[in-house]
Amino acid sequence: MVSSNQEFTRRRLLKDGFRNVCILGIGGASGILMARGQTDQYCWQIDPQKCIACGNCATFCVLEESAVKCVQTYAMCGYCKLCTGFFDPAPNALNTGAENQLCPTGAIIRTFVEDPYYEYTIDESLCIGCGKCVKWCKAFGNGSFYLQVRHDRCVNCNQCAIAAACPSEAFQRVPADQPYLLKGTNHSG
Amino acid sequence: MIHCTRALPFLILLVGVSCLGQDIQRFPPPDFESGYEFPVTTTPAPRAGTLNYLDVAVLFMALSLASYLALIKRSRQGIFALTIFSLLYFGFYREGCVCSIGAIQNVTLALFDPSYSVPFTVAVFFFLPLLFALFFGRVFCAGVCPLGAIQDMMLIRPVKIPHWLLPALGLLAYLYLGVAILFAATGSAFIICEYDPFVTFFRLAGNRNIVILGISLLVISLFVGRPYCLFLCPYGVLLHHFTRLTQWQVTVSPNECLQCQLCEEACPFGAIDPPTPKGMPAPNKQDRFRLVFLILLVPIFIAVGGWVASLAADSFSRMHFTVRLAEQIAWEDASEVDKFTEASQVFRDTGQPKEALFQEARHVRDRFVLGAWILGGFLGLVIAGKLIGLSRYRIRSDYEINATDCLACGRCFSYCPQEIKRRRKSKSAPTVRQEAGNG
Ligand code: SF4
Ligand code: SF4
Ligand code: SF4
Repeated sequence: MVSSNQEFTRRRLLKDGFRNVCILGIGGASGILMARGQTDQYCWQIDPQKCIACGNCATFCVLEESAVKCVQTYAMCGYCKLCTGFFDPAPNALNTGAENQLCPTGAIIRTFVEDPYYEYTIDESLCIGCGKCVKWCKAFGNGSFYLQVRHDRCVNCNQCAIAAACPSEAFQRVPADQPYLLKGTNHSG
Repeated sequence: MIHCTRALPFLILLVGVSCLGQDIQRFPPPDFESGYEFPVTTTPAPRAGTLNYLDVAVLFMALSLASYLALIKRSRQGIFALTIFSLLYFGFYREGCVCSIGAIQNVTLALFDPSYSVPFTVAVFFFLPLLFALFFGRVFCAGVCPLGAIQDMMLIRPVKIPHWLLPALGLLAYLYLGVAILFAATGSAFIICEYDPFVTFFRLAGNRNIVILGISLLVISLFVGRPYCLFLCPYGVLLHHFTRLTQWQVTVSPNECLQCQLCEEACPFGAIDPPTPKGMPAPNKQDRFRLVFLILLVPIFIAVGGWVASLAADSFSRMHFTVRLAEQIAWEDASEVDKFTEASQVFRDTGQPKEALFQEARHVRDRFVLGAWILGGFLGLVIAGKLIGLSRYRIRSDYEINATDCLACGRCFSYCPQEIKRRRKSKSAPTVRQEAGNG
């Protein structure tokens, strides 16, 4: 009985020892891994220079309505009367009739500013992030339309489902305190 | 100023312009005369950082509460209520991200990619449940994990799984863990997140195949206790091994075991081991020989495992974007197709040298070969370890919970007559005290 008791104590000592090693390990590892501390939190964002507006953003997001929307950098926009991002390539007439619009959901609001300039704004509640306008704006216009992950909608998946499907590696993890990669600002376009 | 009013069709003739590269200011922004000012692009902020600290606090409280309920209060109802809370908070409110299971990959990525650092919350979600496991066992599984919770709730009609099948199916989790680490370490993918079967429920949206996977798992959960936890969960593997060192653990009986056998079938996860039969012979020479033989075989298991996995290294490496792209481009060039895939088109448009891409792909593939050897060796070691464990001779005199498999759900408590006695006593306890006060 004594010997089995001794063995029991020995085993417990061993276990205690290992446990302490593990605790130190956990402390050390978390310390080292966090100490690099570039940021407290990451979120996903699209590099507009890499994005080819392939359309995956509209369909691959885990949310029913994609968290990716089109944005407009107004200071880059030409305010064209004939916006290639707004009108269908072969419009019947240059008015805001749905059949003349490129956007499948009519999410682009066209407002007259002064002759011959029009302002183009995205109605985010309608935009599905398909990137059609982005593609045409970039190809024939100034590229002031581009896609961005909207963080009021994005749930910040640990692995963004669109990032995994993006053909141009345009998605990247960015620090949460600078969550946008806007054109015409520090990253400039 | 002449403007784009000049015929769209003309512009369209100029097509062939790719979407890539720098923007061209074809139409300089006008100088407005009407005093119009450029609006600013809105930038709605992500979820506030302070809320992340709330998550951490909730996690800590939930773990502490689970430990208290499982080990001291011994209350199945309490644990069940906590489970519901966790399902609502970590599942439906936090929409499943970030979770401890997925955090394995962030930690791995940080270990291998110096440019990535684990965010504070993720680190806590990864390490804290392990720390609790060192003291209280798998209390994280009991009442905190939302994936466990959603399955636990479905368990209505548990059927008994043959005892020999459990460890065999349990190997899947090691495989999943190993492969997930391989992909995270090489920066290829976070497969635990991509194939998370329940996150689609939490978000009420998601990929259809994953929804089907989730529903199937929930249907299985009706009969088999927590199939994901038992057979797939990679974090469960870690918790299992950390729990080997646990200081305290859940017991079926609050006092002495009466050997009444009432709890024998209580555990839906097969974590209650019966006592070794009285008349069982002590290990003989043959048993010992087998054990020594198995131990000597360990290096062979490791080597064979490594070799087998290394055969799959090429297929594994295709999970990496660069490798996939390089292969696609090489194939397109060889077979002279005229239609490129989107990804390959993008690469061609950038005009980067192909040789550099191929070089990089080779480099990634080399890492995969090394990784596959390690993965295979690890799995070989796990299989050997399981076999050795099966042929080890252990004496148990009571019905005992195997802490490493116990999910601390508390279902077995009420099966034990000792526990029922304890509850009666604790119920009458206040009266006793009252009487004492009166006297
Ligand atoms: S998937 Fe990538 S390339 Fe396609 S639209 Fe989204 S960010 Fe752009
Ligand atoms: S075309 Fe697509 S991306 Fe552009 S505004 Fe419409 S829905 Fe949004
Ligand atoms: S992180 Fe998730 S929610 Fe956000 S854009 Fe990507 S898939 Fe959508």
